[in-house]
Amino acid sequence: MIEVNQLAKRFIIENPKKLSEQERQDPRLKGRFFHSVKNVSFQCDNGQVLGLLGPNGAGKTTTLRMLSTALQPDAGSVVINGVDVIDKPLAARQKLGFLSGSTGLYGRLTGRENIAYFGRLHGMSEDAITARIKELADLLELHEYLDRRSENFSTGMKQKTNIARAVVHSPEVVILDEPTTGLDIMAAQTVLDFIRGLKKQGVPVIFSTHHLEEVAELCDRVTVIDQGETRFSDTIDAFQALSDTSLSDSFLTTIAREA
Amino acid sequence: MWLVMQKEIKELLRDRKTLFFMIALPLLLFPAIFGIAMYFGGQAVEKARSEVLTFAIVNADQAPVLSQALSEQELLDRVEIEAGADISEWVKQGGADFVIEIPENFGNNPLETGQVNLKVYFNDAGLNMVERRIREVTDGIAEENQAQVFDLLGVESDKRSGVLEPIVLEKINVADKREDIGEKAGRFFPYIVFILCLQGAMLPATDLGAGEKERGTLETLLISPIERHNIVMGKFFAIAISGVVSALITVLSMAVWGAGLGYALVSFGGAAQAIVDFIAAISVFDFLLMFLMLIPVVAIFASALLSLSIYARSFKEAQGYMTPLVFVVIIPVVMAMLPGVDLEGGWAWVPLTNVALAMKELIKGTMDYFALIPIFGSTAIIAGGLIYFSIFWFNREKVLFR
Repeated sequence: MIEVNQLAKRFIIENPKKLSEQERQDPRLKGRFFHSVKNVSFQCDNGQVLGLLGPNGAGKTTTLRMLSTALQPDAGSVVINGVDVIDKPLAARQKLGFLSGSTGLYGRLTGRENIAYFGRLHGMSEDAITARIKELADLLELHEYLDRRSENFSTGMKQKTNIARAVVHSPEVVILDEPTTGLDIMAAQTVLDFIRGLKKQGVPVIFSTHHLEEVAELCDRVTVIDQGETRFSDTIDAFQALSDTSLSDSFLTTIAREA
Repeated sequence: MWLVMQKEIKELLRDRKTLFFMIALPLLLFPAIFGIAMYFGGQAVEKARSEVLTFAIVNADQAPVLSQALSEQELLDRVEIEAGADISEWVKQGGADFVIEIPENFGNNPLETGQVNLKVYFNDAGLNMVERRIREVTDGIAEENQAQVFDLLGVESDKRSGVLEPIVLEKINVADKREDIGEKAGRFFPYIVFILCLQGAMLPATDLGAGEKERGTLETLLISPIERHNIVMGKFFAIAISGVVSALITVLSMAVWGAGLGYALVSFGGAAQAIVDFIAAISVFDFLLMFLMLIPVVAIFASALLSLSIYARSFKEAQGYMTPLVFVVIIPVVMAMLPGVDLEGGWAWVPLTNVALAMKELIKGTMDYFALIPIFGSTAIIAGGLIYFSIFWFNREKVLFR
C-alpha cells in the first residue's frame, strides 16, 4: 500500500525574467518560488491500479518524483508499506519500481547487463539475478535479444527491457510516469499487459497518463491533480459517475468545478 | 560505489571514441611529434645544404679575387644585376637568392683599407645557407689577408691568434646534456601530458554525467537503493581511471617512442641521437614519479569535469562548459614555462604549476625530492575539495533536474 498525504514541493526560479507570459500568470508562482505541488493526497491499496490524471504542468511528474525519492518533498508524507519515504529513502527505494516513457537504457550494455546492473544495485545475489532475468525474459519474451547491445533495440524491445529492469528486484509498489507516451501500439500494449500482471500479483501501481481509455481499462482508482492540488481522488466508478457522457467529461468536470 | 564504477568502465571500454582519446591518441601523438619533427627537419636541412643558390655582385671590379672565388663555388650560380637597380627590391622579387655589394674601399691589405663591410642582401626568414656559403669563401680570403699583414709586421705564428683575440672566454657548461635538453623539452612535456590527461577524462566525464541525463538513465540510477555519494564516487573513479590510463600511456609512449624512434632515425643526425641519450638518461623511478604526480592532477580534472557534466542538460551543453576548462588548465602550465618560475617557495604550492615544474625538474634530473611534499599536499587538497564539491553538487535537485 502507498499513502500520500498533503505532499508539497516548490522550486526556486533562477531567472524570473526568462519566464513566459503564461508562466507568469500561473497562480502557483509566488515571488521567486514556483509551488509545483501544493497539496496532493491519495492512497493506493495492494492489488489496485491508481491512475494519476491532470493537464500538462499540473504537477504529476513532480509528485511521482517525490514518491520515487528522486525529489525531496518540502511538506507532507509518503508511506510505502509502512516505510516513510522521507525518513528512510534507501529502504523505500528497495520497495519501489519506477518506469517512465522516456526512461532509457545503457546503450553499450546488453539487455541482460542492463537488468543485472539494477539487480546488483538492489543488493540481489548473482544467482537470484540470473533466475529473475530468466523469469522476466520468459514473461516478456526477451530471450531473442537479451544478449544484444541495447543501443540497437527497437522502441518495443527497449520498453520491455526497461520493464524488466524496473521490476528485477520484485518491488512492492510500482510507479509509472506516462509509460506509454511516445510508444507505438505494440510497445504500449506491452506496458499495459505488464500493469495487468502486476495487478494480478497484488502489487499496487500508480501511473500517470493522458490516455483515458487506459484509465478505463486498468484503473481501480483515479486521482486528478490540477495546479499542484488534488481535485479528485476516488474509485473509477465515482469518477465515471461525474459525467453521463465520457471519461473526458468527467476529467474536465473535476478541473472545472474547482477552478 | 564499485558496482557503479565497474559498470561505467565496462561501458567506456565499449566506446570507440573514448578508447581513441584515452589510448590511441597518446600512443600516436608522440611518434607523430618526434617522427614528423625529425623527418621534416632533416628534409629541410638536406634541401638547404644541396640547393644551388643564385647570386649577384655589385661593384665586382673592386674585388676580383672574391668575385672569382664565389663564381667558382659548385653550389653558387652567378647572375647579373642591372646597374642602379634597387637591390633589396630586386632580391625580394626573386632576382637572386642573395646580392653582395662590394664597398669602394675593398682591398686585400687591411693595413690600407681597415675593416671592410660587405653588404649581403638576402631573405633571412626560414632555413637558409646563404651566410654559411659566403663565409666559406670570405673566411679563406680574410685569413690570407691576415697572414700577409702578420708577415709584414713580423708577428710570429704562435702569437697571431693572441693578437686577433687577446682575451678568450672559455665556457665550461656544468649542465650535462640531459639538463640542457631537459630545460627545453621539459617546458613542453607537462603541457602535452596535461592536455592528454584532460582529453582522456573529458569524454568519459561527459558520458557519465550529461550522457546519463540525455539517455534518461539518471533518474533510475538516483532511485536505486544506493547513496548518492557512492554514485558520485563510482563515476569519479571511472573518469579518474580513464585519465590515469591516458596519463600512463602518455608517459610510456613518450619513453618508448622517444627512444625507439630516436634509434631508428639516428641517421638523420645529431638531434635523433640527442633524443636517445636524453630519454635514456631519465630513470624508471623518475618516470614513475611523473606518473604518480599525475594521479592527483587527474583527480582534479575528473572531479571538475564530473561537476560540469552533471550540471549540463545534454552532451553538447557539457562540452560547451568543458572547453573553457582547457584554458584553465593551460594557464598554470604556461606559468611553469615562464623564465624565473622554479620549483621553489610559493610556486611549489601552486597546484598544476608545481606538477608541471616538477616534471621539468625530473626530466632535467635536478629534482629536489622534498618538493614532493607541497606538490602532493596542495594537489591532493584541491582534488579532495573538488570531489567534495562534486558530491554536494550531485545532491542538489536543481542541478539534477534542470
